[in-house]
Amino acid sequence: MFSRAYKAAVTLPPLVWVTVFLLLPYLLMFCYSFWSVSESQTIVHSWNFANYGELLRVDVYWQTLLRSMWIAARVTIFSLVLGYPLAYFLSFYAGNKKDLLYQLVIIPLWVSYLVRAYAWKTILGSTGVLNTLLQYVHLTKHPLEFLLYSPFAVVLTLTHIYTPFAFLPIYAALEHIPRNLVEASHDLGATPGQTFWKVIFPLSIPGVVAGATFAFVLSLGDFLAPLLLGGPSGIMISNIVVSLFGAAYNWPLGAAISFCMLLLVVSLLVFSERLEKKWSFS
Amino acid sequence: MGLTTNSEIVVRTTAEGAAGRAPLLRIQNVAKSFGKNVVLRDISLDVAEGEFLTILGESGSGKTTLLRIIAGFETASAGELWMGEERLDRQPPYRRRVNTVFQSYALFPHLTVEQNVAYGLRVAKRPEAEIVSRVGEALEKVKMSAHAKSKPSRISGGQQQRIALARALVNRPRLLLLDEPLSALDANLRRQMQVELKSLQREVGISFIFVTHDQEEAMVMSDRIALLRSGELEQVATPREIYGRPATAYAAQFIGHTNLLKGEVRGGVVRCGLLTWPAALPDGPALFSLRPENIRLAAGNVATAGRVRVRGTVRHQAFHGATELIRVECGDGMMLVVRTPGSGGPLDAVELEFSPTDAGLVRESPERI
Repeated sequence: MFSRAYKAAVTLPPLVWVTVFLLLPYLLMFCYSFWSVSESQTIVHSWNFANYGELLRVDVYWQTLLRSMWIAARVTIFSLVLGYPLAYFLSFYAGNKKDLLYQLVIIPLWVSYLVRAYAWKTILGSTGVLNTLLQYVHLTKHPLEFLLYSPFAVVLTLTHIYTPFAFLPIYAALEHIPRNLVEASHDLGATPGQTFWKVIFPLSIPGVVAGATFAFVLSLGDFLAPLLLGGPSGIMISNIVVSLFGAAYNWPLGAAISFCMLLLVVSLLVFSERLEKKWSFS
Repeated sequence: MGLTTNSEIVVRTTAEGAAGRAPLLRIQNVAKSFGKNVVLRDISLDVAEGEFLTILGESGSGKTTLLRIIAGFETASAGELWMGEERLDRQPPYRRRVNTVFQSYALFPHLTVEQNVAYGLRVAKRPEAEIVSRVGEALEKVKMSAHAKSKPSRISGGQQQRIALARALVNRPRLLLLDEPLSALDANLRRQMQVELKSLQREVGISFIFVTHDQEEAMVMSDRIALLRSGELEQVATPREIYGRPATAYAAQFIGHTNLLKGEVRGGVVRCGLLTWPAALPDGPALFSLRPENIRLAAGNVATAGRVRVRGTVRHQAFHGATELIRVECGDGMMLVVRTPGSGGPLDAVELEFSPTDAGLVRESPERI
């Protein structure tokens, strides 16, 4: 059908891209994770598992990894809790306002991540919008300190930022449900509530899985929100990686942690893909 | 059956005459518009207990909309629906004792065949033992027991069709609505399903409202046909009535083939091109429908008593197996289509004969938007 030259011209550029910008760096990182740093601050190419051992031995690393997962899990749950009803309403009840509302959900994605994170800083800070308001209406005497520089602030910000990512696949899944299935359900005597739980929700599960995966993976690897709003208690694993590659100058350990995260994320993606497949029927 | 009775045809929309019982469903002056677009105009129609009623119409005639109003997926802009003493159109679809077989079947893809059929009973919270036995029966009835555990995507279109039917019937509705359920099937399977569906309906004794655009299907299956045209009922009658005595030119042409003869009545005689025949009709223009099979090729030179005879030239001859369709030009540009049992070969000049009683008076069908 297509000539060899054409096939090569089409497949070669992406192949080169993937090799140079993805495969080689991963491979390099994988190698680094077995090396070490000498007293004189040079990388020693001695192959061993010391970095992985340290990851398990030193509390701060695995605790931060666990905390990151816990933060990501909360973000995922809140994003779904917010995103699903929104998607459901838009898909089934928004009528001709559908497109407008859809755009409204999407528009924040066009605003720089940094701006949105900073916005929360000005809202949650001790002299921020929220604390000022609370004191103004005499609900509190002093600024609430836990609002900013806490895991709470990180979860809140990440939820705000990643809810559209959870919303989109759920919305797409709901839009794909043939409306005559809903009619058939009503026709067979199912109330709107029964129809939701027996037909609409099961058929939207692939979207929920995809949305949850987005929210979890993206927030697990986030480092800006914890950097700006997390404080010492809200630090996440990416912040540690960043400092290991930066000031601490321990690239091998940073690479080992990165590789563990990569493994975690990839197995999560494989798992969610299987789940999606199991629940898709088209 | 004479000319005089033909001219007195009324659109009979009450079901009492047809089945001799009180109607199950009474559709009263139902109208529907989408914005400025009028889809249904003043539809009144009764459906008898156990009746097989077909709503026949071309696409855009409003037949599916009428069905959706009965099911409750659309709200009528005007009019009422009554099922016995119950005002049906005020009920949401899930409270109506009406079930639908959808055109595309609308089987739940995440449920097995069995779970699909059980759906209505499950949401009604019937005891599990009852569900199992009724679902088993329903699957048996449509000969699909072997596929109980399959997902709908694993079975053929015809099988999906049966499941859709079982899923509706298992709830023992008082009325079953079928929206072109056979249109997705190929011709052979379609004919087979027509017969099966009809005998199933007889067996379960539930009233069927069957929507189709296929006049042949309507003729084969129905107790009565309601012919819908541009949102209005053109004629409601049994297949034999509607074929033998079409009320309007549209009905005559839509259901079967016909020759429409535009004539002029003067002093008890119809004059139509070279044809004349006596008729007890008032003076003025008149339109007649003459079925091709009511015209026959005549032999000899003398007309049979009481018959109209005309000479013509064969312009086209099409062999259909059991019959032949012949287009004959009878002078003055008048073309008559004749259906005859085998002519035995090519024809040229022919003598045609028909009985004036077979030329039924029909109303003009005015253009509608």
